[in-house]
Amino acid sequence: MIEIAENKCDFCGCCVGVCPVNCIEVKEADILIEHEICIDCDICVYVCPIEVLYQIEPNKSTSVAAA
Amino acid sequence: MWNEQKEFDCIVVGGGPAGSTFARVAAESGLSVLLLEKDRDIGVPVRCGEAVSDAGLRIFHEPDPRWIASTINRIKLVAPNETVVEFDLHQKGYILDRRIFDYDLAEFASIAGAQIVTKAYIDGLIIEDDKVVGVKGTHVGERFEKRAKIVVGADGVESRVGRWAGLKTTVKLKDMECGIQKTVTGIDVDEHMFDFYLSRKWAPGGYLWVFPKGKHKANIGLAISGLYAKDGKAAHKFLDEFLAWKYPNASVLTTVVGGVPVAKTVKHMVMDGLMLVGDAARTVNPVTGGGIIPGMRSGLLAAETAVKALKNSGPTRKNLIQYEKEWHKIGGKNHERFYRIKETIFRFTDDELNRIANGIANVPEDSRSLLKLFTIAASKKPSLLIDVARVFTGI
Ligand SMILES: Cc1cc2nc3c(=O)[nH]c(=O)nc-3n(C[C@H](O)[C@H](O)[C@H](O)COP(=O)(O)OP(=O)(O)OC[C@H]3O[C@@H](n4cnc5c(N)ncnc54)[C@H](O)[C@@H]3O)c2cc1C
Ligand code: SF4
Ligand code: SF4
Repeated sequence: MIEIAENKCDFCGCCVGVCPVNCIEVKEADILIEHEICIDCDICVYVCPIEVLYQIEPNKSTSVAAA
Repeated sequence: MWNEQKEFDCIVVGGGPAGSTFARVAAESGLSVLLLEKDRDIGVPVRCGEAVSDAGLRIFHEPDPRWIASTINRIKLVAPNETVVEFDLHQKGYILDRRIFDYDLAEFASIAGAQIVTKAYIDGLIIEDDKVVGVKGTHVGERFEKRAKIVVGADGVESRVGRWAGLKTTVKLKDMECGIQKTVTGIDVDEHMFDFYLSRKWAPGGYLWVFPKGKHKANIGLAISGLYAKDGKAAHKFLDEFLAWKYPNASVLTTVVGGVPVAKTVKHMVMDGLMLVGDAARTVNPVTGGGIIPGMRSGLLAAETAVKALKNSGPTRKNLIQYEKEWHKIGGKNHERFYRIKETIFRFTDDELNRIANGIANVPEDSRSLLKLFTIAASKKPSLLIDVARVFTGI
């Protein structure tokens, strides 16, 4: 499951742009992940420029190919 | 007032340069336009290096001195081994103050008759019979729905508008540049020079920039490709290391982060009742990461098509597709070329970059025809750029 570090997000939307299942929502000062839809691909974790997101169940990662 | 009006000709989601340009052009042609921006302030935070070319800006507006923090006429490229290659731009570039610029673009739209609403967050579309007919959202905590003949997704890198309608706009990991920038002061910079640092150690799969805003202030930022971000070192670490090395005494005034989609433009930019413009359609130049002018260009072309479609037989995909064609005619083909060039350039190893830089540094500046070609090509004849890139790969 993807966790969001508290008080760290800058709400830039970079993670939203890459999420393959469109389950991240970024508002002016709010970020939400719909965990029921998330496929734990970890792509959002890689792209976040300031390491806000992290995977707390590493084995769950399906590591979708970069392409 | 917008809250009393139930239906508009066009609803634009997002108040960046692409959305404001669409709104202005559509309103100037007499369409009723509502522009909805989620943030409380148009243009803020500024997630951008703010560099544009004079020629690009002039397609739309006479540059207003209030928009311009610095005028640039030279470029400095720094190779991994710190070999420096400098050359003349042969045209002017600017570092804008986008707080003022984006405000003005929104103001132009408003003067033309568009209604602009901030703190209006869109979280869904109204879709009937497979046609997009409106938006749903929240304005300062209150739910609302508005109908439109055409909904325009100008919602930036984080765009969800297209996806809600079933268009494929997801950016691949390798096509996302993960950016961070600090506006710093207390440093000495050449106020007329763009600095680019190219190396896997500074910014793998991207570049690091120092864009001056006067003699003692600059936007210093970098973007790394998602491909390399996957290796586990996040963008902010690269920037902190660079600043500690090059500008240890800098004071940070602002930090912003952001994604730059250096992707091919989305295959389908329109469907019944929907158009995508700017970063939402992935119009950024994939080599430079510059998205202000391409975004405005797509906003202009989309609005021209929207006006025609609404005056004729309606906002069907068949009518709106003219925009897609115009985009491909003007920018699209070059865009695909730039994309291929990006794929080559951003994969250069540091050794290759050093060899290229050393080769160029040995040539006296006034005969650096390759670079002259490169600058001219980049601004005017992109077809030349591919040849230059071939030369580069051949070195
Ligand atoms: C670090 C960095 C440096 C850059 N440097 C440069 C540069 O030097 N030169 C250059 O030309 N380009 C640069 N770019 C790219 C440039 O910033 C973008 O291409 C440009 O801003 C795109 O304009 P736009 O109007 O398409 O989108 P944006 O300017 O991103 O505007 C989109 C707007 O939509 C709003 N929005 C999003 N979702 C919703 C929603 N659901 N409801 C309501 N509103 C919503 C957002 O709040 C935002 O205001 C840089 C980008 C980054 C991240
Ligand atoms: S892990 Fe993948 S699916 Fe889940 S939120 Fe991140 S990008 Fe989306
Ligand atoms: S990429 Fe990082 S900083 Fe940007 S919105 Fe996502 S979690 Fe926040």
